[in-house]
Amino acid sequence: MSDKGEPNARRPVVEMLGIEKSFPGVRALNNVRFDLYPGEVHALMGENGAGKSTLMKILTGVYQPDAGEIRVDAAPVALPGPNAAQALGISIIHQELFLMNHLSAAQNIFIGREPRKGFGIFVDEDQMKRDAAAIFQRMKVNIPPGAEVGHMTVARQQLVEIAKALSYNARVLIMDEPTSALNETEVEHLFTVIDDLKAHGVGIVYITHKMDEVKRIADRVTVMRDGQYIDTLPAATTPMSTIIQLMVGRELADQHRATGHGTEEEVLRVTGLCRGTAIRDVSFSLRRGEILGFAGLMGAGRTEVARAVFGADPIDRGTIHVRGQERRIATPADAVAEGIAYLSEDRKHFGLVTGMSVRDNITMASWYRYISGRFFMRDAVMDGVAKEYVEKLRVKTPSVGQITRLLSGGNQQKVVIGKWLLRDCDILMFDEPTRGIDVGAKAEIYRLLEQLAAQGKAIIVISSELPEVLRLSHRIAVMCEGRITGELDGRTATQEEIMTLATQRNAAAA
Amino acid sequence: MSDTTLGKTGTGKSALLSAETMQKAVAFVVLIALIAFFSAFASNFATGANMVGIMQATAVNGVLGVAVTFVIISGGIDLSVGTMMTLTAVMAGIILTNLGMPLPIGIIGAILSGALMGAISGATIAKLKIPPFIATLGMMQIARGLALVFSGAKPIYFNDTPNYGLLSPESSISMLIPGIEIPNGVMIMFIVAIIASIVLNRTIIGRMIFALGSNEEAARLSGINVDRWKILTYAICGGICGIAGLIVSSRLNSAQPALGLGYELDAIAAAVIGGTSLAGGRGTVIGTIIGAFIMSVLTNGLRVMGVLEEWKIVVTGVIIIVAVFIDIVLRKRA
Repeated sequence: MSDKGEPNARRPVVEMLGIEKSFPGVRALNNVRFDLYPGEVHALMGENGAGKSTLMKILTGVYQPDAGEIRVDAAPVALPGPNAAQALGISIIHQELFLMNHLSAAQNIFIGREPRKGFGIFVDEDQMKRDAAAIFQRMKVNIPPGAEVGHMTVARQQLVEIAKALSYNARVLIMDEPTSALNETEVEHLFTVIDDLKAHGVGIVYITHKMDEVKRIADRVTVMRDGQYIDTLPAATTPMSTIIQLMVGRELADQHRATGHGTEEEVLRVTGLCRGTAIRDVSFSLRRGEILGFAGLMGAGRTEVARAVFGADPIDRGTIHVRGQERRIATPADAVAEGIAYLSEDRKHFGLVTGMSVRDNITMASWYRYISGRFFMRDAVMDGVAKEYVEKLRVKTPSVGQITRLLSGGNQQKVVIGKWLLRDCDILMFDEPTRGIDVGAKAEIYRLLEQLAAQGKAIIVISSELPEVLRLSHRIAVMCEGRITGELDGRTATQEEIMTLATQRNAAAA
Repeated sequence: MSDTTLGKTGTGKSALLSAETMQKAVAFVVLIALIAFFSAFASNFATGANMVGIMQATAVNGVLGVAVTFVIISGGIDLSVGTMMTLTAVMAGIILTNLGMPLPIGIIGAILSGALMGAISGATIAKLKIPPFIATLGMMQIARGLALVFSGAKPIYFNDTPNYGLLSPESSISMLIPGIEIPNGVMIMFIVAIIASIVLNRTIIGRMIFALGSNEEAARLSGINVDRWKILTYAICGGICGIAGLIVSSRLNSAQPALGLGYELDAIAAAVIGGTSLAGGRGTVIGTIIGAFIMSVLTNGLRVMGVLEEWKIVVTGVIIIVAVFIDIVLRKRA
């Protein structure tokens, strides 16, 4: 707080210049710059995977940049670890809070550096509570320092995290989507706390997907895309549409687009699906031969909807009609019996039994068919069936006896697809179907999905990559904060339209 | 690109396979080395009578080891196998001695009571979501207590069932082939092992057990009724404990209600020494049998050499740690 009100307040507290960072196979950051002034809220925006998190991990010493310079108060600094960043007054409030639920607010704030008494042997709990109370008072929030954190609302826990950051004399506070779990009132309260921090000269990096929040509290906006710095603009005067355009940016003119559309035959109808705050009154329908894209930003509730329809998670309310009949789907087994399949983005944990062979994985959902004499597995028959699917889907594997852990991502995905085709599932829900799959195999998966649709399967594709959604979808449902905020025709939709719907808080269905 | 992928996966596979077989090979070599060592340095080790003693001691632990191997491969653990064995022996005693029913009913009663207790453990784990360690720790005490209650805390003798000795100490095979004095209990162990091996490798039950242990969530999301198979796994384990209960009570010609505590650790040790992974998804019955033999050869050999009983226990502990360490090293190389 040394910069408070001083004339040199117009000198940036943090500057990042020419930052480069690569991970095996990915260039995560390419010549990125960023700066932050004291008493400023600087919004950092971009699609999933734009590089925001990587940049902030470098600023907090979690990652080391391959090239580039970081300056604090105009002096170049090295940040070999999180402690070094903290010592310079740079703190981060993660989306997931890292508090110890069974400890009090004060204990959480001063963890590891508790005031001592009695020759340094005992923790001075009273002193600690007084110190915590002083910080809360400065933030103008009313939290008893002795209250157990686990019993607080997420909003109050977040304030404890902020108090903890301030106790380190934070001058730079990074907030990663801080409002994602808050209600309207709590958001307003957080904003007054932020305004107050600004007034005290704390610089705030504010990562968000929400346009209205940027308008409400940010002074400047920096947009990143595909690991590159795009532009920095004043938040108040720049139209939202400009920011969205900068975020999606890339030209799609020469990209292949979905052309067909499904049949008229409705195979799945979901009505009024609700689960807590994750899924709020979601309704949609899916037709035979159709690819329905689910677009939205991370945490919009798309995976939750698919898992709920599949019976993997319980729901509070809502009905599901399969081929015109209302069905109760309480477990994945119920869903599979209705011909519904869910293909998780996390194939290693939720899709494959990686320690088992290609044959066993392809046949897993259909094992009951390959039993003779009540118990014995007809392994030779299963070998033949698995081989058939390996050839049909062109899975590259030395044999059907190969352990699936050893296959590449694209081939693992094909094994999972084979499992559901063999099980006669004709409603296929793909969650990020090409995540972790290289470019060549991606195109092959796209063609496969199109073939399946042409053969009359009904397909849902959840994807965070806009080009992928536009490439595949006949129709696009866009979600934001658990709601479907709009539905677009896949043949004419633009990235900007999708982004607008994906960042729309509380919007009524279009 | 496809060539490199194929090449890579090809070598990966052979390395993995060798790790799998090597663990068993290592265990087998250790067993042979132990037998050679004790034969050379302990004069009374390589006698017929001593060999029969070793085999008899292995039978009970081997069968219990097979039982717990099912559960461990499925990703769980069963601490109640020892006291369940005792409870099933007491059940056999009640049916045969107290109620005077014929031998086959006693055999079926012991196995079914074990399966029932196992199914209860399995249901507690699958439906109430109680961790296997805790659920079977509770069952361990329940079975131990019930064995004492049902028997009135006194041994039940099988003097009215003259054929009861057929289940363990007698050697039917020596009547067919004179000179081969393998006790029936050991033959039963081998038969249990062979059937268990077939169940694990060739049947839907075994396939489900491996799938549960490798990735339960993926199995559930494949539409598999995970709970049902889990309960069945623990029931099978309990049923096999019933067979162990018959063998041990036949050898002692009595159901000893105070017996059983500590057997579960020997059984788990046999499985682990034989290469069954406590993380689940991996293990073989043959490995467990070799593991059981290693433990009894070691115990017996050290006793014959005059090593203090107490040291035996220490050595067993060291062997378990060494076995798991070898397993980790082999995995890492793969």
